[in-house]
Amino acid sequence: MAEVSVRPRKPAGKVVSLAVGYARRYAGLVTMSTVAANAPGVAGSGLADVAASEASLRRFLHGLPGVDQVGLEARAATLGTRSIKTTAKAYAIDLAISMIDLTTLEGADTVGKVRALCAKGRTPDPTDPTTPRVAAICVYPDMVATAKDALRGTDIQVASVATAFPAGRAALPVKLADTADAVAAGADEIDMVIDRGAFLSGRYFDVYNEIVAVKEACKRPDGTYAHLKVIFETGELQTYDNVRRVSWLAMLAGADFIKTSTGKVAVNATPPVTLLMLEAVRDFRAATGVQVGVKPAGGIKTTKDAMKYLVMVNETLGDDWLSPHWFRFGASSLLNDLLMQRQKLATGRYSGPDYVTVD
Amino acid sequence: MSDTTFARLDVLKTYKLYVGGKFPRSESGRVYEVTDSKGEWLANAPLGTRKDARDAVLAARAAVKGWAGTTAYNRGQVLYRVAEMLQGRREQFAAEVSLSEGVGPKKAAALVDAAIDRWVWYAGWTDKVAQIAGGANPVAGPYFNLSTPEPTGVVGIVAPQAGYGHSLLGLVSVIAPAIATGNTVVVAAAADAPLPALSLGEVLATSDVPGGVVNIISGRTADIAPTLASHQDVNALDLTGAIAADGPGAAAALEAAAADTLKRVVRPELDPFAQDWTNAPGTDRLLSFLETKTVWHPMGI
Repeated sequence: MAEVSVRPRKPAGKVVSLAVGYARRYAGLVTMSTVAANAPGVAGSGLADVAASEASLRRFLHGLPGVDQVGLEARAATLGTRSIKTTAKAYAIDLAISMIDLTTLEGADTVGKVRALCAKGRTPDPTDPTTPRVAAICVYPDMVATAKDALRGTDIQVASVATAFPAGRAALPVKLADTADAVAAGADEIDMVIDRGAFLSGRYFDVYNEIVAVKEACKRPDGTYAHLKVIFETGELQTYDNVRRVSWLAMLAGADFIKTSTGKVAVNATPPVTLLMLEAVRDFRAATGVQVGVKPAGGIKTTKDAMKYLVMVNETLGDDWLSPHWFRFGASSLLNDLLMQRQKLATGRYSGPDYVTVD
Repeated sequence: MSDTTFARLDVLKTYKLYVGGKFPRSESGRVYEVTDSKGEWLANAPLGTRKDARDAVLAARAAVKGWAGTTAYNRGQVLYRVAEMLQGRREQFAAEVSLSEGVGPKKAAALVDAAIDRWVWYAGWTDKVAQIAGGANPVAGPYFNLSTPEPTGVVGIVAPQAGYGHSLLGLVSVIAPAIATGNTVVVAAAADAPLPALSLGEVLATSDVPGGVVNIISGRTADIAPTLASHQDVNALDLTGAIAADGPGAAAALEAAAADTLKRVVRPELDPFAQDWTNAPGTDRLLSFLETKTVWHPMGI
């Protein structure tokens, strides 16, 4: 009974049962594996023939249960009310810093700015060497080599946006060339955008095939793959049902990470959308054994916001996802606020923007 | 018509903080009792906390650019407008000053008039302060060399807590000079007499002063003042009301905390209780929160 009263009824339960249903139905055909190699074909192994044809993919995506909008938003709001203080706060701040994809995606990016950003990623707070490093530096493809060079000797990843970011309006060969170019320049992670136009007009199979093709373009000469993050631009997808569908679509196609937004439109990551995606990756792992990461991006500016997301991850997915390997923040100004809060905890006095870098 | 006549119930006022142009309750949700000079209950004032001070500094910092960027002439007009609004609420302030300081109605009215006059006096200084704090410097080269005073930024003010006329006249005498030169302020109101300060917030909100230029927080000085003193985003500190002999709210402790971030500090009077705020203020306070910018400009060849 306690379980019932603590966790409000939410439609995700149905997804679990549905997904588990799928897993059970295909149990004879499937070897459940937690192998990280989420390569095309291997991806969604329990649901391998879902994407066998346009019709079966559409049937599957439209068969996903509808999202209870009120329940989802209420749950996300409830999880945002936790008060996190003292040692828990210190832990959360350090964890959040280590999960940041420190991002600069401006037309005005220069080599100098990317180098400065990399220096900041290596040593976020020069006055305190105990500050953890960020997870990755996220740049445009032509800056990958610069970033790679500036991060030599660290374990900080270089992420590159690709596939005609942020609009995604280019022909497939151009997108694949964009991706291959970034991988060749040394990118460890590729952030691709989906074709929202195709998705919204119902051409799910085209979107699926495009993700599979980009995943293939992420392959390095030595046979390993650059990690693929798939950006949905949820602000343009209109409904929560669409977010749930596109999450499953991308995971079936072999995404290593699913990411909310480009940060270039009016509506970016919101708690309900992120919660929905967290539930999708949880159910996907239950169905297939494949773990997929989540990256909310855009609009997360304060420590308080970041804490809300961490609480959401902990409550929805648990410890398995509370690491930079499985959860990231796409952000630029968030880091400064985290550093100011960190200084406050260390010294007891409020810090100010004069004590962190401008960018 | 009923024969029974009921005594009309007064509408009691909920005093609130003034932060960023809005009137929030304290972040803590707490209040404390404000009494008159004889110990009779007057009102409940919000008990501001460290977090209220932090929020106020954020608001003050956000307001610096706009306020410092207005022309001195325009600032003068805005401050004059404040005096106009004060004039319209003369009776209310006289009553609050009378209760807070225990002076008679006539003296209280005179103190309020003095406060209004002082506000006008500082309003006149906005476009004149550059003449006494800046100037053209003679240099040995083909240059104009000009020094101009610029506002220092966010000023934390511990409002006067003692002396004749401290509750309103003293408060005006510390706020007006700081904002006249383009600074924005966070004021820790006098703990025992916060009502005129909180009402002044209402006056400022209805004049043309942009939100965040003046922020007023009531509560224990020992809570609020140390936060302002140690806050790294506060540029200067006015300790006029730091009258505690020791503890975290004492002037020496606050000055030590402020030293870490090299704030400009105005020390309290040697005997704050003997201070008479009706005395002519002079320009000291106007000149306390200024930075000097010097520019070299080539002269015609």
